Amino acid sequence: MDKVFRDRRATLVMLAPALLVYTLVMIVPIFWSVGYTTLDGNAVSGFTFVGLDNYKAFFQDSTAIDALLFTLKYAVLLTVLQVVAGYGLALLYVFYLKHRSSLVRTILFFPVILPTVAVALMFQRVFEAAPTVGPINTIIMALGGNLTDFLGDPHYSFWVIIVMDLWRSMGFYGVLLYAGLVEIPDDVIEAARLDGAVRWRMVRHVVIPLSLPVLLSAVIFSINGTLKVFDTIVALTNGGPGTATTPLTLYMFRTSFAYGEYGYGSTVAFMLTLMCLLVTVFIFRSMRGDATKG
Amino acid sequence: MNVTRALRRRGVAIVAVIGAGALALTGCSSGGGGGSTSSSAAAGGSGTFTYLGQTQNTTIAGVLDTLKAGACADAEATAPLSTDAIDGTTWDQQLQLLAGQDALSNMSMAAGTPSLMQEFIASGKVVNLSDELDKLGVADKILPAAESTLKALYNSDALYALPTEYNIEGFWYNKQILADNGIEPPATWSALVDAAAKLDAAGVQPFVADGKDGWPVTRLVGDYIARDLGPDALQKVADGQAKLTDPEYVKAADAVAALGTAGYFGPAAGSVDYNAAMNQFLTGGGAFFYMGSWALANFNDTEANKIGVDNIGFLPFPAVEGGSGSVDQVPANAGIPVMFTTADFGDAQAAWLKCIVENYGDVALADFGQVTGFEVSSTPSDESALTKLVQDQIASASGSVLWFEAAFTSEGTTVSQTNGGGLATGALSGEDFMKLVQAANDKG
Repeated sequence: MDKVFRDRRATLVMLAPALLVYTLVMIVPIFWSVGYTTLDGNAVSGFTFVGLDNYKAFFQDSTAIDALLFTLKYAVLLTVLQVVAGYGLALLYVFYLKHRSSLVRTILFFPVILPTVAVALMFQRVFEAAPTVGPINTIIMALGGNLTDFLGDPHYSFWVIIVMDLWRSMGFYGVLLYAGLVEIPDDVIEAARLDGAVRWRMVRHVVIPLSLPVLLSAVIFSINGTLKVFDTIVALTNGGPGTATTPLTLYMFRTSFAYGEYGYGSTVAFMLTLMCLLVTVFIFRSMRGDATKG
Repeated sequence: MNVTRALRRRGVAIVAVIGAGALALTGCSSGGGGGSTSSSAAAGGSGTFTYLGQTQNTTIAGVLDTLKAGACADAEATAPLSTDAIDGTTWDQQLQLLAGQDALSNMSMAAGTPSLMQEFIASGKVVNLSDELDKLGVADKILPAAESTLKALYNSDALYALPTEYNIEGFWYNKQILADNGIEPPATWSALVDAAAKLDAAGVQPFVADGKDGWPVTRLVGDYIARDLGPDALQKVADGQAKLTDPEYVKAADAVAALGTAGYFGPAAGSVDYNAAMNQFLTGGGAFFYMGSWALANFNDTEANKIGVDNIGFLPFPAVEGGSGSVDQVPANAGIPVMFTTADFGDAQAAWLKCIVENYGDVALADFGQVTGFEVSSTPSDESALTKLVQDQIASASGSVLWFEAAFTSEGTTVSQTNGGGLATGALSGEDFMKLVQAANDKG
């Protein structure tokens, strides 16, 4: 086998088909899209070269800046909640439920496999104010409160999205982090216990440092997923009311396909890609330190 | 140090190569587009007649099916009809992609956003129907009111789409509710607001509106502007002679926002969609309902209409005191008209066009109760009084006005309609609404 891998021609023959497909479906469209950022127009009206005008327009576009801020707010908040909730569930599985955790894990993982649109429709019904009154409003009104239009009021619609996405995803992060926690050797835990580490001290000084690699993966998974959120918001609020819950991805989609501005849409996409890259690098760098210290 | 400099130089070279590659790649792909198609109809044309519509609209395909077996049998023999439908929620996006590849059907529902139709017209993607109908000798089969509405809509001197619908808009009201509360159909905006206050005090929801889609609310803003500042006021905005943020325009949005702030659209207007609003009005859930005459199909449906078709009255959008507009200028639209692509337009397609123009109006009215912008030669005997009233309104109108977003850009239209619900819930002031829409229009 080693001989085969040393043969450059054999390696090339084995890699070439995969590389070719990857290049055609991933690399080429990326460069294509980057090229579009310097153009204005669409397939109907034709394209004209505008240099860096689209980038200038992005930083002067208040809707784009609002969408960027919404995306960051949503991504940071949901990542913290997803990873903390997931980690809490993982600790529950490993240290409290132990071998009896499979049923709870299955139940909490169930929302992950449900189609996004079905979940969004369910949450629309749960928080509905009109034409029929949903269960949440029924409870509020039974307790003497007023009918609240959760999805029509920008102050509430953001939180409905957060609650829905947290409910959908925490089971996944619970299982992901559980896989990291079960890898921690029992004798290390036992030794820490004999040394007097209990509860929070055990978690802080033993469990977190040993599960840091999987925790890092979870954070990167989550932040990249949430920065690119699209389907859940389209299905639940379609970016509304107004543009109150419009993330960059939805703005990019509308700009390109509804407004017919392919160049500007590609610029929004490029900025989003850049943001994902920067955030990932930042997380990598900031988590390089030794968590057992300090 | 030298190694670092060499690496940096190599990095710059890589970035330059990637950049050049990206530009070359995009440049290769972007050669198509504007002006690539001939602006006049091609002589050839294939042996089929294809139609693409929206799944939400079954009337056009239904009329075409009736025509192919009857009045258009000859055209069908030369070029058999093939109909297809796709979801209408992303209609404009799909049309753009098809037009970009010259893959539009022979006949398809036109773009929902007039500015996109104007792009199709400018790039020669759609047939100049004024020329074609003149050649075919059937230009007089289009009602002048419908023709002028379509020309104004696309800001063109020629006709580029057929009026498979012709709708007037206004307030439909529940006669019983108004009578029970001692209210006469209001003729002015102030009287309408007074009536709303009286109804609200009596525990009746004054207005029913689809705040989720927004457009039934923004229509009120547009109509108020037309009544107050005249029918050409919104065209002045499109031409850059006025701005929506000018105080006289903001006044209109404020007037509608005041209704929302008072709660006259109900407690959760932003979550009520089209079907829910229609159902609410037809089950007696509100007094006034701003809608187009396409709703006649629902009003005439005895299953859905629980308040009775005779219990519904039509009120033209009221006059604004001291305004320069007139109630005789009816807010009108041609629904989603149909267009013909130049890409595959030949004699067989022209035969279909002639037959459709000559016969569509009669079949749509007789089979579907649909009022169109085509000349009608026979009126069905079972026509409802409400349908007759709409036809009379169209006949007696001294002119028409387009809706609020008709002359806006795609982005201006989307921003307006997505924020319309905010006016109905009172979450958005008139000034803020107009600022948002003007900013979207300014992007061009």
